[in-house]
Amino acid sequence: MKIEVLGTGCAKCKTLYEAVKTAVKEKGIAADIVKVEDIPSIMKYGVMSTPALVIDGKVIFSGKVASAGEIAALL
Amino acid sequence: MLKQTADYITFNLMGLTPGTHTGEAVNFFLYDTTKIFLLLMTIIYVVAIIRTSFPPEKTKRLLSHKREYVGNILAALLGIVTPFCSCSAVPLFIGFVESGVPLGVTFSFLISSPMVNEVALIMLWGLFGWKIALIYIGTGLLVAIFSGIIIGTLKMEKYVQDYVWEMQVGKADIVQMSFREKREYAGEYTLSLLKKIWPYVVIGVGLGAFIHGYAPQDFLLKYAGCDNLFAVPLAVLIGVPLYSNAAGVIPIVHALMEKGMAIGTVLAFMMAVTALSLPEAIILKNVLKNRLLAVFFGIVAVAIVCVGYLFNAIL
Repeated sequence: MKIEVLGTGCAKCKTLYEAVKTAVKEKGIAADIVKVEDIPSIMKYGVMSTPALVIDGKVIFSGKVASAGEIAALL
Repeated sequence: MLKQTADYITFNLMGLTPGTHTGEAVNFFLYDTTKIFLLLMTIIYVVAIIRTSFPPEKTKRLLSHKREYVGNILAALLGIVTPFCSCSAVPLFIGFVESGVPLGVTFSFLISSPMVNEVALIMLWGLFGWKIALIYIGTGLLVAIFSGIIIGTLKMEKYVQDYVWEMQVGKADIVQMSFREKREYAGEYTLSLLKKIWPYVVIGVGLGAFIHGYAPQDFLLKYAGCDNLFAVPLAVLIGVPLYSNAAGVIPIVHALMEKGMAIGTVLAFMMAVTALSLPEAIILKNVLKNRLLAVFFGIVAVAIVCVGYLFNAIL
């Protein structure tokens, strides 16, 4: 499973990235977590508000931060 | 109700005397902070619910290939309800221009969105009354529409960073939220925003209360009254570095107005605080060449100064 956190480096993006790490650890699944910071890659997903969460190439949500619990439910 | 409670706490429980500097300052502080926090909680929540229906992706579709003028007006209005944070300014800008939103229309959105924001409106409504809040919304929209039209007329597309035009933008689905998800989102949003701004509100109202209780009446009349022509541009200059602190700045300005600062100067100052921000300029430098960035700031600053002079002249 590949999980991407899209964001240009604002505080909210870091919060989401940390929440994803916690969620993956709690569930004990093998997942690649990548923080995507360059604009062209973010735009490729058509995302206009950051942070955004992408799982296996699909945009799950954008423009908000979710808690580790909420993310775990999505995995 | 709130006024009576504030009076009771100050003059009965704390034993302060009405009419004294300390009594007036403490009473003012208690009344204003409770009133503002109640307003903030309710309105931020309602606005957050409305915003879930206007994700930027949808706004982009509504504005794509719109004509100038109609597009500028629509963009300024959508700026009020579309959630926007300056850290998303770059993807938002690219998404807009790539999907065929005219440059001037994009700017109308970028100007109106931070300027006509709910926190500034609540603070204005709570402290200055609904008339001033409405005037602020109206003139804020006009500044956004007018500045966008000028930028559109100047044909400045070549001063957008070249890579922006070559960017491949994917098509994102608009994620639909159920009403329960909307309420959850709004609740979390309200909490996180309040957590961020409450110290500014308390400090701002505290300083305002101090000025209200201690500064002599009319002490600003000479410097910031209608007769001083430099007051408006100076207020705009001072407003630029105070970005994102509308919550803290408005209570101070309210107290300053009581001491003689003219209403046009007050409006211009507030608009400069919300609309012209250095961090946003730095972020926008990623997509705009220097000349367009300077034109953007220059036009908005001039428009705000005009608003200031206009209201100093007519009110």
